[in-house]
Amino acid sequence: MANVLHIVVCAGIVPDPLQTLEPVTGPNGPGLKNEMVLPAVLDPWAASALYEAAALAAKNPGSKVWLVSLGPKAKLQQVMMTVAQKAAFELVPIDGPIGGFPDAHSTAAVLAETIAALPGLDRAKLLLFGGWESATRGAGVTLQLVGERLGITDQFQGVDQIDLHDDGSFEVLERVEGGKHQVSVCAGAPAVLGWATGNLAEPRNNPQIGMANMRTLMPALQKAKPATLAANGLRYVSVALPKQQRTTRVVKDLTPDQIAAELVEWMGAE
Amino acid sequence: MEEILVLTHADETGAALTRASLEAVTAGKELAARLSASLTIGIVAVDATNLAKTLASAGSRLLAVSGEAFTQARYATDAAACEALCRAANATIVLAPGSSRITRVAAGVAHRLGGFIDTHITGIGGAEAVEATRWFYRQRVEGVLSRDARPWFLLLDAGTHAAFSGEPGTEQVEEVAVQLPAIRTTVSGLRAPSQGTQTIRPDAKLLLVAGAGWTKKQADGQTHTAEAADLILGFLRAAGSSLGSSKSLVDQGGEGNSVLPFLTHLNQIGQTGATPRHAKGLATCCHGEEPHVVGWRFIADRRAISLDPNCGWTRGKADVVYVADAFPVMAKVNALLEANKA
Repeated sequence: MANVLHIVVCAGIVPDPLQTLEPVTGPNGPGLKNEMVLPAVLDPWAASALYEAAALAAKNPGSKVWLVSLGPKAKLQQVMMTVAQKAAFELVPIDGPIGGFPDAHSTAAVLAETIAALPGLDRAKLLLFGGWESATRGAGVTLQLVGERLGITDQFQGVDQIDLHDDGSFEVLERVEGGKHQVSVCAGAPAVLGWATGNLAEPRNNPQIGMANMRTLMPALQKAKPATLAANGLRYVSVALPKQQRTTRVVKDLTPDQIAAELVEWMGAE
Repeated sequence: MEEILVLTHADETGAALTRASLEAVTAGKELAARLSASLTIGIVAVDATNLAKTLASAGSRLLAVSGEAFTQARYATDAAACEALCRAANATIVLAPGSSRITRVAAGVAHRLGGFIDTHITGIGGAEAVEATRWFYRQRVEGVLSRDARPWFLLLDAGTHAAFSGEPGTEQVEEVAVQLPAIRTTVSGLRAPSQGTQTIRPDAKLLLVAGAGWTKKQADGQTHTAEAADLILGFLRAAGSSLGSSKSLVDQGGEGNSVLPFLTHLNQIGQTGATPRHAKGLATCCHGEEPHVVGWRFIADRRAISLDPNCGWTRGKADVVYVADAFPVMAKVNALLEANKA
């Protein structure tokens, strides 16, 4: 028997990981140089959450996926052109700042307020998805704070798998230390799941899904509510690139025996 | 005056505090001494009495939340326990290990107390104010931050402080009562994702990283995945090292390609993987692209074996790069390690 789920995925946008990042400090605090022109992608772990959400919704007819994303409207539009080809969702954009330096508590407050006001959302069916950490701040706290604000006390982080049962309960695998998973069974929604990689490969672009998403995506972007994020007393003393510079010795003329001997000696040295 | 609370918890056995908890105790003692602040240690465990003995010489007030409900890590119960400990300690600064158990609940607890949280802290300093160091953009940008608001939760990355070690003794533990919420989640245990060899060893001195080159066609035009698996597992056995991987290699499993059967996403190092702490790292058949190398941030001594003399490792990301075929090199390394053992 299928369960009807209301899955809300919180996902930010981040600079493409291949880009060179240079921190700069402006009047509003630290940021990245040329941040607005850096190519951006959907936050990788949050993207895993979106693909898992779409797969779960597809298996449970009547379910719906919302994608709540906070970022500059223009950057959101750019990223969504690609993301919209991969999974069916309703975009809920929030026009706000980008980057890893704003306070997570402020971000969570804006997200929670937006989710609480979603038309048609049944909180009893709510699975709140997102990445367990972002590729910007990487604090792993935003989703948890949103969950607390929404009164959800079944939360799971570092999730790699969820198996939904007929009665609405689900088994969930969370990453813990030592390369293991903690296995839990939750009675059902509402719950918070901060996803790690999951088990799904990135879906291929599907023009039909893209067309369906586009019907609602552009109007939603035009109506995106602006949001400002309070600093909450967060003060940056310094923000800098790491100073460590290695001088690499490139060895091209040793035989496998010689390399092996050198490596074994290196491994044994303190 | 600051009131410092260190949150600790028992390990899987329930008979000892986790190493990360003991590291947080060291951090708490150092910070309390510097700020002339009072120090309280809170313990979450089935039975905290025995665990408290190891903290007798810490010179702090000890609080505990005990009971069967705290045998295993679960949001509803752990958040209630940590909230009760924080309220009992009236803490203004809360230090805690960045373990999966504490990380799962600490932000929620901070919110319940009207406080704020920063995680992945790698250092605590500052002269006038408390300043915390952490990384942004997956270990690519380092920041030092401070907050005036209290309570302020700081979750410490493992390996950033020495583990507290003191003479065992008897210390009075104050039990803190917890009002448990309705429990809707049952923890059934731990599961290792790959059967057989344990490949992830956080305490190992050496990290071996396997890149996608291991499963690519070799000079004879064929793939040698089984041989690669034997070489890698042989090295893990002989060297006692931990195994990491690049994203491209673990992703091959999901794409139906030839794969190393013992690798999962848990082995993945880098931007969307782990950032482990090992003294040394050896990369094999890996290009050393930036999204992967950010996961090496805390590995000081790095070497790589790559056929590509222009790979990322040669551009200041490794100390030594051997331009060579990893297959014969690792076979020789394994033979030498086995010979040394014999």
